[in-house]
Amino acid sequence: MSKILDDLRYADSHEWVKLEGDIATVGITDYAQHALGNIVYVDMPEVGDEVSQGEDFGAVESVKAASDLLSPVSGEVVEINESLEDEPELLNQDAFSNWIMKVKVSDPSEIENLLDAAAYAKVCEE
Amino acid sequence: MKTYDKLIFELSRPGRKGYSLPADNFGVNGMAEIPSDLLRKNEAELPEVSELEVVRHFTNLSSKNFGVDTGFYPLGSCTMKYNPKINEEVAALPSFNNIHPLQDASTAQGALELYYNLQKMLSNIAGLTEFTLNPYAGAHGELTGLMVMRQYHISRGDNKRTKVIVPNSAHGTNPASAMVAGLEVVEVKSKPNGSIDVEDLRPLLDDTIAGIMMTNPNTLGMFETEILEIAKLVHEAGGLLYYDGANLNPLLGKVRPGDMGFDIMHINLHKTFSTPHGGGGPGSGPVGVAKHLVEFLPNPRVKKGENGKFFVDFGEESLGSVSTFFGNFGVMMKAYAYILTLGKENIRNVGPLATLNANYIKESLKDDYLLPIEGVCKHEFVFDGLKDKSTGVTTLNVAKRLLDYGFHAPTIYFPLLFHESMMIEPTETESKETLDDFIEVMHKVAKEARETPEEVINAPLTTIVRKLDETGAAKNPILSYRALKEAAK
Amino acid sequence: MRETTDSCKIPLNFISTKTMSDKFMPHTEEDIRAMLEKIGVASIDELYGDVPEEVIYREDYNIPSAMSEIELRRHFNELGSKNKSLTIFAGGGAYDHYAPSAIGHLLARSEFYTAYTPYQPEISQGTLQYIFEYQSMISELTGMEATNASMYDGATAAAEAMFMMVASAKKKNRVLISDTVSERVVRVVKTYAKFHGVALTVIPENDGVTNLEAIYKELEEGDVAGVIVPTPNKYGIVEDFTGLADNIHSAKGSLAIFADPSTLAVLRTPAEWGADVACGDGQSLGMPLAFGGPYLGYISCSKSMLRKMPGRVVGATKDADGKRAYVLTLQAREQHIRREKATSNICSNQSLMALYATIYLSLLGKEGLKEVNRLSCDGAHYLYDRLISTGKFTPAFDKPFLKEFVLKTELDMEKINARLLENGIMGGLLLGNGLVEFAVTEKRTKEEIDTLVNLMVEG
Repeated sequence: MSKILDDLRYADSHEWVKLEGDIATVGITDYAQHALGNIVYVDMPEVGDEVSQGEDFGAVESVKAASDLLSPVSGEVVEINESLEDEPELLNQDAFSNWIMKVKVSDPSEIENLLDAAAYAKVCEE
Repeated sequence: MKTYDKLIFELSRPGRKGYSLPADNFGVNGMAEIPSDLLRKNEAELPEVSELEVVRHFTNLSSKNFGVDTGFYPLGSCTMKYNPKINEEVAALPSFNNIHPLQDASTAQGALELYYNLQKMLSNIAGLTEFTLNPYAGAHGELTGLMVMRQYHISRGDNKRTKVIVPNSAHGTNPASAMVAGLEVVEVKSKPNGSIDVEDLRPLLDDTIAGIMMTNPNTLGMFETEILEIAKLVHEAGGLLYYDGANLNPLLGKVRPGDMGFDIMHINLHKTFSTPHGGGGPGSGPVGVAKHLVEFLPNPRVKKGENGKFFVDFGEESLGSVSTFFGNFGVMMKAYAYILTLGKENIRNVGPLATLNANYIKESLKDDYLLPIEGVCKHEFVFDGLKDKSTGVTTLNVAKRLLDYGFHAPTIYFPLLFHESMMIEPTETESKETLDDFIEVMHKVAKEARETPEEVINAPLTTIVRKLDETGAAKNPILSYRALKEAAK
Repeated sequence: MRETTDSCKIPLNFISTKTMSDKFMPHTEEDIRAMLEKIGVASIDELYGDVPEEVIYREDYNIPSAMSEIELRRHFNELGSKNKSLTIFAGGGAYDHYAPSAIGHLLARSEFYTAYTPYQPEISQGTLQYIFEYQSMISELTGMEATNASMYDGATAAAEAMFMMVASAKKKNRVLISDTVSERVVRVVKTYAKFHGVALTVIPENDGVTNLEAIYKELEEGDVAGVIVPTPNKYGIVEDFTGLADNIHSAKGSLAIFADPSTLAVLRTPAEWGADVACGDGQSLGMPLAFGGPYLGYISCSKSMLRKMPGRVVGATKDADGKRAYVLTLQAREQHIRREKATSNICSNQSLMALYATIYLSLLGKEGLKEVNRLSCDGAHYLYDRLISTGKFTPAFDKPFLKEFVLKTELDMEKINARLLENGIMGGLLLGNGLVEFAVTEKRTKEEIDTLVNLMVEG
């Protein structure tokens, strides 16, 4: 059974987001890292890139799978987690503490389009 | 023999050489005319080795390989049939190998005639009007065929047809080719037996559909029995039917794609027409079309004039070019030799015997391996792993254990319709004795899985190298000798 | 080709007519009977019972009757006699370089050519290792960090280089290609661009070389993902790209150089020009002309472009016992995983031709490939000087060249080339407007060049 944190919001494409003020921290869920297996590469956006809700902003690769990352929020990328460049396996170790990007959101109300922990748990069961 | 594990670079010693060239008696210094800014600064570190060292090195490497000539190669969807030696002999003839592709047509009539004859033979075998032999491989043929499809609609001003229907069971190359050709992929669902669900297809057919890509038999080796209905529906909606020739072998001598209603197809000469796979290529992916699409085929075209002479033509309505010259001509020579060797009589036996071999293995193994789709298959079939799911032995384990017993593994984990797919295609060139040996070993592995599963799980045990660290290879890619040396520091 | 009017009727349900090609299908009647029994059907036709009756093909195939090996050899020799092997002074993307004898012998080892793509690394170390060596050698020639397992040909490699640059530029979708890239490459790149939806702009040449100023002007538009230029170019000229890479990079684009790999033993490399991608055709590495193929496309790139590179890639790794081994890697980028999200649909390589190049480069080695270039270059300059000294040819461009060059003449070259053909010589390629392009390799002797010149000017 994968870990799901109660205080986060989730996209059904298995990204999590934590909104603090107008800064959203984004990562992939424990379920996603588990499904991918050994992660070998994270294709990250650049600081300054514009991202939109539901559109891809990068990709995660394991040995024999790859998955696009879909942004759960819209806005401008203000920081990326550079430690993932050298140690992509951090996502396997702890997907929730190793975020991928921070976004200055343009529309905080978008967060309402996302799932809460209970609803996301159901997605993972299906 | 002690296991040989040197890289050619590790044999290099300054001053050794493996070549001989004539003395330079031109009395000029051409290189001095090139400004030094335009010359290389750092030397290319190519090896310096003697001829014998090179010969021994690559001979040793060849002994670390498994080919059709080594043993049975039941790799599903790849049609690993025997590669006749006469094909290799004729393809090496200097009278063809020395011909420059831009030579005047009057001095290349033999090459052009061969290209032309093969076009005509494939057209007849496929039930289509014309072929181009220019595409280099199956995927390249798919791309070219989809370009024909788009060019046809564009030529009619029908610019909104930008989608192509692909079954969700299709090989990954189909959607990737569609993407490269600028087409959007619409998936149509498969029924449990892998066949296209006609009821799911019907509502997809609107005026944005350029066509549909299909194999028949499908990915599970089952014949699409509703093909005539599908063709009618797609044509009525203004779309075209593309036939992926990956699974043509069982139909050879029995059914022609053109007669099933297909408008465009590619053939893998390296599968159905016995040219070798070459460790990944060169292959050849000729594309055939029905009458209304001939003018869109890629340039250059090879044609026969009224005077009986062959010539190279560039058509104005053509979709453009997909190759520098005429494609992999050397591969075409081998396929042509194969067709002539079979002749019109024996070509009839290819599909039927391939189908016989596949059904024989399937029926002989279904007591130990899970057969998800009952009934007659064509050239290949899929097991969903071992029947006994309690052993913990996976399809990957079985595949690796087969290597220990001297067989190549089947195609595994494809199609995606099942979790433990194991796709087996024996081809018509294998004898009953070989099939019986394979069947016996497969039973033996199933027994091991029940009684000593760890032996299967730890396989392979006897190969030159054992399980590889693929994660490490992908995480820190070491793609050259230079990088390998740096990593060792 | 034989007439095929005599029809040999094969009963539909009758297998094994005991003709010569049975050597490819070993089934005896007893085998077939036993196998049908195991399957539980009465005939092979029953295995096709699910096929609609109306699509079963019952007519005779319009192909000749089965040929024995004797007949097949005779047929191929007859066809071959209609070709003419010539002394070649033309290039245009296919060069008559020398091939050491050992290559053919090693390539004929069927453990290499009857194998498939090395999906089972434990029994494919031979293929995997030579691809690793091939990648290493091409990377040495281009100076780039990574090389893939090979592409179909130079033109399709250039098209894929275009896609790589678009993919790594994210939102930009325009690529510039210099008109000095071979027309046979440009037309393939154009076809790929048209269907895939890349905006391709051809930059007209300036006195035989790339118009750098025109490129800089286009870069100002801010929508250029990448630029493709050649070395040597379609006229054989070794171009000067000083400043090009910096300008492209500051406009956030990429540079791809289409380079003849043989010449990179001596010419400034794509890496030394600051390129992000190198691509081209490996035919010049001693491969037979073979009427246009099989040849070999290559792609190399810098580390930052690695994940955008199409096709197979082999990496070094270790096995469970710590032994050095090789494996297909970075597969998650590929079509069988990414399907329509992949950057390319290629799912094979020209593996055997990559082996060819690897053996060639092993034999020629560090010094031999330089010597090949020196000999070709000296022969080309010797021919150039001789033709100029006849007074009937003038230089088309006053630019440095290696093994291929263009002259201008008012002579009737069509007539002259026909005369050369009668004498077993393929003369220069006619480019129109009185321009003729010659190529000289290390295979051409001084005597052959003298003969060519004499035949050309005697009329």
